[in-house]
Amino acid sequence: MTKRLIPVFALLIVLVLVLSACGGGAAPEGQTVVETVVVTVEVPAEGGEPAAAAPAEGGILARVLDRGYVVCGGRTDLAGFGMLDENGRNVGFDIDFCRAVAAAVFNDPEAVEVVPLTAADRGPALQTAEVDILSRNVTWTSSRDAQWGNFTTIMFYDGQGFMIRKDSGITSTDEFDGATVCVTSGTTTEQNLSDFFRQNGMEYEAVIFEESAAVYGAYEDARCDITTSDKSQLASVRSGFADPDAHIILDITISKEPLTPAVPHGDDTWFDIVKVVSYALINAEELGITQANVEDMKSSDNINVLRLLGEEGDWGYTDLGLEPDALANAIAAVGNYGEIYDRYMGPNGISFTLPRGPNNLWTNGGLIYAPPIK
Amino acid sequence: MALQTPQKTETTAIPFYRDERVLQIAAQIISAVLIFILLYWAVVNFLRAAEARNMTLSFGFLKEAAGFPISNPPIEYDPSMSFARAFLVGLANTLIVSGAGVVTATILGTLIALARLSSNWLMSRIALAFIEFHRNIPLLVLLFIWYFVVFSFVPPIKDSLVWPGPIFINKRGIYLSWPRLTETGPVFLIALGIGIVVAIAAFSILRKKRQETGKKTYFMPVSIGLVVISFVVGWFLAGGSPFWIDTPSLKGFNFQGGMRLTPEFAGMYLSLSLYTAAFIAEVVRGGIQAVSKGQIEAARALGLNQFQVVSLVVMPQALRIIIPPMISQYLNLTKNSSLALAIGFQEVFAVGKIAINQAGRAVPVFALIMATYLSLSLLTSFILNIYNRRIQFVVR
Repeated sequence: MTKRLIPVFALLIVLVLVLSACGGGAAPEGQTVVETVVVTVEVPAEGGEPAAAAPAEGGILARVLDRGYVVCGGRTDLAGFGMLDENGRNVGFDIDFCRAVAAAVFNDPEAVEVVPLTAADRGPALQTAEVDILSRNVTWTSSRDAQWGNFTTIMFYDGQGFMIRKDSGITSTDEFDGATVCVTSGTTTEQNLSDFFRQNGMEYEAVIFEESAAVYGAYEDARCDITTSDKSQLASVRSGFADPDAHIILDITISKEPLTPAVPHGDDTWFDIVKVVSYALINAEELGITQANVEDMKSSDNINVLRLLGEEGDWGYTDLGLEPDALANAIAAVGNYGEIYDRYMGPNGISFTLPRGPNNLWTNGGLIYAPPIK
Repeated sequence: MALQTPQKTETTAIPFYRDERVLQIAAQIISAVLIFILLYWAVVNFLRAAEARNMTLSFGFLKEAAGFPISNPPIEYDPSMSFARAFLVGLANTLIVSGAGVVTATILGTLIALARLSSNWLMSRIALAFIEFHRNIPLLVLLFIWYFVVFSFVPPIKDSLVWPGPIFINKRGIYLSWPRLTETGPVFLIALGIGIVVAIAAFSILRKKRQETGKKTYFMPVSIGLVVISFVVGWFLAGGSPFWIDTPSLKGFNFQGGMRLTPEFAGMYLSLSLYTAAFIAEVVRGGIQAVSKGQIEAARALGLNQFQVVSLVVMPQALRIIIPPMISQYLNLTKNSSLALAIGFQEVFAVGKIAINQAGRAVPVFALIMATYLSLSLLTSFILNIYNRRIQFVVR
């Protein structure tokens, strides 16, 4: 039986070579067996090719419009940034940005599907364009920009800090030698941590998890002496601890963490749309446009306000394929930058309170600045 | 190249489309071509998609500095070393946890199988409860139970549990007092090694003699005696104890010295061993029960004692049945070790996942991970299959 199969396999290889060379030409030999094969072959080959090419072509906006909602890579486990409210609705600083984009495109802040991603999964998800926007407190770095996708506008200026137990008696990082540190895998944090200890000539033991919940659970459970992340994240996590006052976040900041929403590579229009929405949110705060007064502001006498709300001139909507009032809709849906910040992290924020610091408008001594909408 | 079959069939006047041989070959060709087309389409589609998304498929990044830490690397590692090195560290962790797991699961599984077969009601029921518990919950759940639940009841480092040994148990791990070789220790080990080699040689020679002549040669006592003698001689040559006991003690943040099992390793090792032991126990029980009762009765009738019945009649036959499913259990255990990702034990898959993120090379890293597990599995099967062939019934 095996011997008889050898010519069959040889024939098969020849056949396949012929097929791949001329893409399914006429049958090479007069055998009936061969003819049947050629017929069966052409169906998958023809049906397969256009399907394979489809995802690469056609803009993201076209895909989003066709689908009817925006797919937003986010998270559900970080108070203030991406979480679920009591009704199971996705809310948070990062999520509201996705909603703003959805409102600009569809005039519906609910036209969003939030895909929860772990830190380690978010890069590949953006790279393969599984998500239309990645808004999941991602630090913008040059290598991620090159590999993952296009980073839009820095929405949150952060830096990495350390949280320790108050009763450990440690007051500065000089006493960290030999400590055990809990950290999330696949983050800039992980790299900064190793750089920090290396540069200071100290030893440490890393305990590394993929899920942030596991990281902070292990820290709270005293598996680690220290946990480290972006300071905003530490503040957020501490607010959820059984006894938040037993933990302190050290004053030191060891890195720059510009948290920035990103979009997949290869679609400039979509990139511009997401950017213009972020500019609008920032400019709205600057111009005093809020969720509440956005309708009234449409009859404002400030030309910049009128331009932003689409009442006068073209801020680029024709070229981007949006409605004139797209930005007005975004603001009506989630409010301006300051309102989003305050909703979660302001003095009466629903998650915790974090002073705006560098995340103030540039006019108030912060770093938040956006190009004009005109 | 043309097929000869249709011409031959002419004499019997069966048309080729009803000739069973032609149809069989045609079916083979069609299915093979279909599979090939599917694979070809998948690969081309993948390459096209990768190109469209600008994803690099080269392995060049492996030489770059990894930049991320790995907890408790078993081989020397720091973040300035390459991704390839980080990957090796992960592989070492995989090998350690699966190696330890395989040994423990085999011993434990066999003991549980024996308990399960025992005529003692209590023992048999306890074994049954163990098997059913571990067999019927997912490994990941078991892992979480050990890591997150059991270890949450363990005291923090400053008030460690102290067990005789002394063994210190706290949130940071299990610290065992561990024997370490003194400077003259190697002398002892060499003497002991020579003794063991001589003992094995004596064992096989004397046993062969006994099998040939039927005379008692006392091969067992002689070989054990040789080992004991070499042990004593070695001890004497080393000038006192060849070991010193490294007792862990609390210094700074952590315990220093001794042998440390991190909670991640301990959780992984325990769960893997217990989980697989339950399956192995059933495999072993099945193998033993498959030996027909007549064999045992016949062996007894020949006047063999209980030990001889088990070692000469039951086990050789049972092993033939046990080994093949045992190989799958070992492969399962090795592959299951990739769940360690969930509890922060950094074996090859966990390291790979981090590398994907830090280097942004999902496809090459996954290819590497798959190749690693594939080679591990093939290697395990290869070795065990050699053993399996040796113990199989020899047909003359």
